[in-house]
Amino acid sequence: MSWAPAFRKEWLEQRRTYRLLIVAVVLTLFGLLSPLFARYTPEIIRMVAPMGEEIIKLLPPPSAGDAVDQYLKNITQFGVLLALLMTMGTMSLEKDKGTAALMMAKPLSRGEFVLAKFASLSLTFSLGVFLAGAAGYYYTLVLFGPLDPAGWVGLNLLVLVFLLVHVALTLLCSTLTKSQVLAGGMSFGIWMVLSLLGALPRVGDVMPRHIMDWAARLGKGSGMTSLMDLSPLVDGRSGDHWPALAVSAFLIVGSLLASCLIFKRQEL
Amino acid sequence: MEAVRLEGLRKRFGSVKALDGLSLAVEAGSIFGFLGPNGAGKTTAIRILTGLARADAGRAWLDGIEVGGDGRTARLLGYCPQDPSFYPWMTAEEMLDHVGRIFGLKTSERRRGVGELLELSGLKESAQRRIGGFSGGMKQRLGIAQALVNRPAILLLDEPVSSLDPFGRKELLDLIEGLRGRCTVFMSTHILADVERVCDTVGIIDRGRLIVQAAKKELLETYAAPVFEVEADRGQEDALRAWAESLSRAPWLDSTAFPEARTVRVLVNDPETAKRELLASAVRAGLVLARFEMIRPTLEDVFLKLVPQGRN
Repeated sequence: MSWAPAFRKEWLEQRRTYRLLIVAVVLTLFGLLSPLFARYTPEIIRMVAPMGEEIIKLLPPPSAGDAVDQYLKNITQFGVLLALLMTMGTMSLEKDKGTAALMMAKPLSRGEFVLAKFASLSLTFSLGVFLAGAAGYYYTLVLFGPLDPAGWVGLNLLVLVFLLVHVALTLLCSTLTKSQVLAGGMSFGIWMVLSLLGALPRVGDVMPRHIMDWAARLGKGSGMTSLMDLSPLVDGRSGDHWPALAVSAFLIVGSLLASCLIFKRQEL
Repeated sequence: MEAVRLEGLRKRFGSVKALDGLSLAVEAGSIFGFLGPNGAGKTTAIRILTGLARADAGRAWLDGIEVGGDGRTARLLGYCPQDPSFYPWMTAEEMLDHVGRIFGLKTSERRRGVGELLELSGLKESAQRRIGGFSGGMKQRLGIAQALVNRPAILLLDEPVSSLDPFGRKELLDLIEGLRGRCTVFMSTHILADVERVCDTVGIIDRGRLIVQAAKKELLETYAAPVFEVEADRGQEDALRAWAESLSRAPWLDSTAFPEARTVRVLVNDPETAKRELLASAVRAGLVLARFEMIRPTLEDVFLKLVPQGRN
């Protein structure tokens, strides 16, 4: 079983090439800034916009819910960009430079090689989302008051699933080609297509983007009383979001499976 | 026992026939020189043996185990590609340790092995340096070291000395020579002098087909006709050239070449007649000679004889 050494190498690479640091810093920064933006946007409008005072009167006072919306918007947008940038070269560069050929001549299966990469990227993004979540929770607490902790954990888990969809899809694109630019372009295209599909009625309800609505509801504390209480996950519009989660899981598993099978057939 | 066996390997890249029914067998424990001009199919054959490429037809075995997609033969192998690439952020020591982990070596075994290989490859001083800053020669030496981590039964080396300076080349050839009898070395190269120095068996391929395979000694005896080297005195350059041209009508002559202005190499097909007539002809032409020598044929002479010149 060579998965453990393969993962060890990938995790070392995440740290040595500053990928972990970049993901952690960028996501934490947006975790911190999102509640600040929510809290001070009206002030900024008042100071900067012409007739700012009049506009402010039309806006409701900022709330913790605005901080949650701002957090989700920033984390998902920049998180997906990071997922693309950090993943697009992970397979293509190894094939192009010849390191994949060197390693694949050893008793390391191609599936282990691909899955070790996904596992290390998942860990990087998990830590990034954890830090962003902690930062976002703290600043929201300071500026608006406490959020439901269990709901916040649920929100961040769903954010992680959403980002891992893009990590897995980009890994697949990176497996398909030796050019990291092409892999990045393909992944960006897929992101656009998924975003467009997510905006369509009915189809959009089963797209990964839809789980962000669910995350927003959880973050705003729609009734979860403890970490073990999963009722909000099936409450109200019960089942509304499960198909989107299932599609997300399918995209992750399917992309990984396809990456393994395609890589197995490739000559190095 | 055969360590490497190829049977009827065929491989195409679009319209290019890389391998065209290549068959050969290499005895265990030998150092096999795999010779051929550029594009002859050497690297393709090695990539098929490593499992990195698949043959369109034909089969390959390593130590009697068929090479397939299951990776069963990977544990037997050490492989160093032509221009080995590494993770630039790793140190040489980390790279060797990583390879040891992939082969499932125990910590103590790895620690000892890595130290020995760093010493052997002359990289001990650079063990903690990142590979990104290594020269081509250092990478090549690390490439050989990583191929030896698992003490392989079969070592596949693709042009192993191409990036090394003369010192590095000598050290590596000494290292390969030291492996004789301990593992089978399958080494592709176009540096004929290196093959001549370390290999005991030689296979020459061209256009994806094996032209000849034999023990080096046998090959030299069978295919290499003697070569005469004639060196003229100072100021005799023109006379030497005119004399060499006058030899073109001799039936025992194969070809002439001028490695230097005052030296001509005369390749012959009938050494006995040439021995008698060559010197007499030079005397008749009034040449003042500094040296007249019948030299030992080299593998290069065999190679040039067997592989059509236009292909090189």
